[in-house]
Amino acid sequence: MQLFPLSPSPLGLMAPPYFALHIPDGFLNPPVMLVTWVAAIALITVCLRQVKADYQDRIVPLMGVCAAFIFAAQMINFPIPGGTSGHLLGGTLAGVLLGPWAGSLVMTAVFIVQAVIFQDGGILVMGANIFNMGLIGTFFGYYVFQTIRRAIGQNKLSGMVIGSAIAAWASVVVAAVVCALQLGLSGTVPFSVALIAMVGWHIVIGIGEAIITAIAVTFIWRTRPDLFYRPPRKAAVLAHSGVVE
Amino acid sequence: MTPSPHRSLPNRLLIGTGLGIALIIAVLLSPFASQHPDGLDRVAQDLEFEHRASEEPAAHKLPFYRLFDEYALRGVPEAVATPLAGLLGTLAAFGLAWGIGKLVMRPASGTGEGSGETAPPEDLEQD
Repeated sequence: MQLFPLSPSPLGLMAPPYFALHIPDGFLNPPVMLVTWVAAIALITVCLRQVKADYQDRIVPLMGVCAAFIFAAQMINFPIPGGTSGHLLGGTLAGVLLGPWAGSLVMTAVFIVQAVIFQDGGILVMGANIFNMGLIGTFFGYYVFQTIRRAIGQNKLSGMVIGSAIAAWASVVVAAVVCALQLGLSGTVPFSVALIAMVGWHIVIGIGEAIITAIAVTFIWRTRPDLFYRPPRKAAVLAHSGVVE
Repeated sequence: MTPSPHRSLPNRLLIGTGLGIALIIAVLLSPFASQHPDGLDRVAQDLEFEHRASEEPAAHKLPFYRLFDEYALRGVPEAVATPLAGLLGTLAAFGLAWGIGKLVMRPASGTGEGSGETAPPEDLEQD
């Protein structure tokens, strides 16, 4: 397997750069960067307004904890067959826990820390990264989750777990498609080629996303179901036991 | 000093548990993360557009670049460089999200005490 010694690492470390689905500066052209920035900022603005209007300030510590967990979990690349790895994106998890509005702000905070402090994902392309890895999960993932959850049963653990797992998987695949589209529109690589490669890997990486999301959702259900943005009924009363028919 | 008197104890437990789990992951598990290139990285290698990544991205002009080489704290033994980066990054993410939430959700009913700025994110990034 050829390894191009193209890492910009100034220390000359042998490790290639690990960007995950994080796009580095240079992959996208200015028009695509601009459009993705506009889309990300527009959605974040709506989120700020919604959070201000709808949420209680007791959610603030939970936003911090959620960001901390997602940042930490994103560091842990898990191997998938074929010499590739993946890691949690967490957008769907943030959406399920905090709702799309506060969840999006949490994801934005995570990507800012990664890009600004740790050079993970470019700063110029941060709009695209926030959109792909954050907002697709917190919006698209959330609505897939709620649709499935409602179909199975709003107050059932199975609804939450199956809904969040499928939504998490789907959000990763959609993020890969959108990323391929951005690469194609930027003229970096032909769209059809990028699409097949990106989706091929992320269909598998998405399974990891689904498993981690399902575990986290189950853990929260068992410990503090009242924390969910749309808590199961009786959660407030029976905060100690998650098993509600 | 305590704007929300209710639930302060459960919240402290929640913060302690949640942040504790995150820190354990970031500090203890990060050295075991897979070193394989991940999704986009792998595609960039296979389709040979990896070289398009900027040699001098904007992030390298920030002061944090002198502290961190990606997820490795500079100037410390290699064994602890990534765990320490994980520790500081997790705290920074925690603080930034908390700060954003706090700023957005300033108490709507003008309770005079809550007007002070609470933990602007800049402070936390200096960790």
